[in-house]
Amino acid sequence: MKVILKGNEAAALAAKLAKPDVVAAYPITPSTDFPEKMSEFVANGELPHTQFLPVESEHSAMSACVGAAAAGARVCTATSSQGLELMHEILFIASGMRLPIVLYNANRALSAPINIWCDHQDSISARDTGWIQFYAENNQEIFDLMLIAFRVAEDKRVLLPAMACIDAFVCTHTFEPVDVPSQEEIDDFLPPYKPEHVKLDPEDPWTLGPFGVPEYYQEMRYAQHLAMKNAEKVIDEVFQDFEKRFGRKYQKVTPYRTEDADIIFITMGSISGTAKEFVDKVREEGKKVGVIKITVLRPFPFKEILPLIKNAKIVATLERNISMGYGGAVYADLSGALINEKERPALIDFILGLGGRDVTFKDFEEILSICEKVMAGEKVERPIWIGVKKELVE
Amino acid sequence: MKIATGGVIKEAGSSIEYKTGGWRTFKPVIDPNKCISCWICVGFCPDAAIEKTERGKPPIIDYDYCKGCGICANECPKNAIEMVLEEK
Repeated sequence: MKVILKGNEAAALAAKLAKPDVVAAYPITPSTDFPEKMSEFVANGELPHTQFLPVESEHSAMSACVGAAAAGARVCTATSSQGLELMHEILFIASGMRLPIVLYNANRALSAPINIWCDHQDSISARDTGWIQFYAENNQEIFDLMLIAFRVAEDKRVLLPAMACIDAFVCTHTFEPVDVPSQEEIDDFLPPYKPEHVKLDPEDPWTLGPFGVPEYYQEMRYAQHLAMKNAEKVIDEVFQDFEKRFGRKYQKVTPYRTEDADIIFITMGSISGTAKEFVDKVREEGKKVGVIKITVLRPFPFKEILPLIKNAKIVATLERNISMGYGGAVYADLSGALINEKERPALIDFILGLGGRDVTFKDFEEILSICEKVMAGEKVERPIWIGVKKELVE
Repeated sequence: MKIATGGVIKEAGSSIEYKTGGWRTFKPVIDPNKCISCWICVGFCPDAAIEKTERGKPPIIDYDYCKGCGICANECPKNAIEMVLEEK
């Protein structure tokens, strides 16, 4: 059934259909609709077996999620920006204890200066916390990816937490039609979570989250890395099963008109749509340009992305994040993936769309013209900042 | 012993299996001629790694768990405990 939903509502509806045992969340713009909706579902009796915990901070929210998940509950939460940063310490505990918590993150810029609009700095800063990361382009995708996140996270070969991210306001507060399967169809896709690796049983007490001395710590990190490697396969399986059931195809990286492309833009989130439209426009002018949308950033899709870009001349990563003194996060990941390849394209990172700055066709034209100059042999200093009013900087 | 997923420990008493003596750099050695069996070291040992014997005999240090902190040597009223650099 098609329903008109805001991005936040789509995520909350997916979480509702997943029938979580516990939702612990603290509201923060722009994901506040999520805890509001979950609270409403519980209060209305629509989720009779769910406990909603209105905690006093994001640190507490994730801590409560860890506690509930350690007792064997299906758990989800939502946050954004500063909230994700306040959770940061506990994100590592969730992944280290192998608790498949699902987190809905509205991608929002970080303070200072305080800003409530979209960029990807929050979840990029949580990239190394051992969480699986999904990035949605639109409201349908966040609905689907939330459900997929539960299924992947809870798979016995994975048992890792997962976050599903979507762009602040551009999607979280924009209404779009979302195809919502029935509860029965969702129940069949996502059966009840029955963990065997954790439990809360006073008759047979276990120690969870014990001290990890140097003799054992590294093995636990290795096990987490292996679980991430398993997730590569499990994500593909779940994507395929999802497509079979619901007809919507997901890929870790989705190419668009890349077969013969000289220049490829790499995008995450809502700008992927603008990028594809721009590509359609310049393709009519005979320019060989394509787009690759990254849906799964962790585990990093090495295997999938390399064949798509190896014949391109220029690969431009469009980054709504910045590691000051280095550049874009996707650029860094992709450099690592390419460095041992004999044939490889030139890679440039473009920093754009920070703090909710719109990314328009004009920006894409500038990016394309820089890529064309580099293709013609011109040297550039990366990262390249797009749309910065340099005259305003003291 | 295999490490369970998430490091879960399913049986109690794993601290006994883990021999913290490996952390030691200096090893306390009791001089039986100086020891007066006062058991002050027994009471001060933060790891309960020194065991009483009988009057007239020195206590026994359990080197499986003694971390070599040196508190016993510091507290001994007769300076009967020497911290010796451990060579392994």
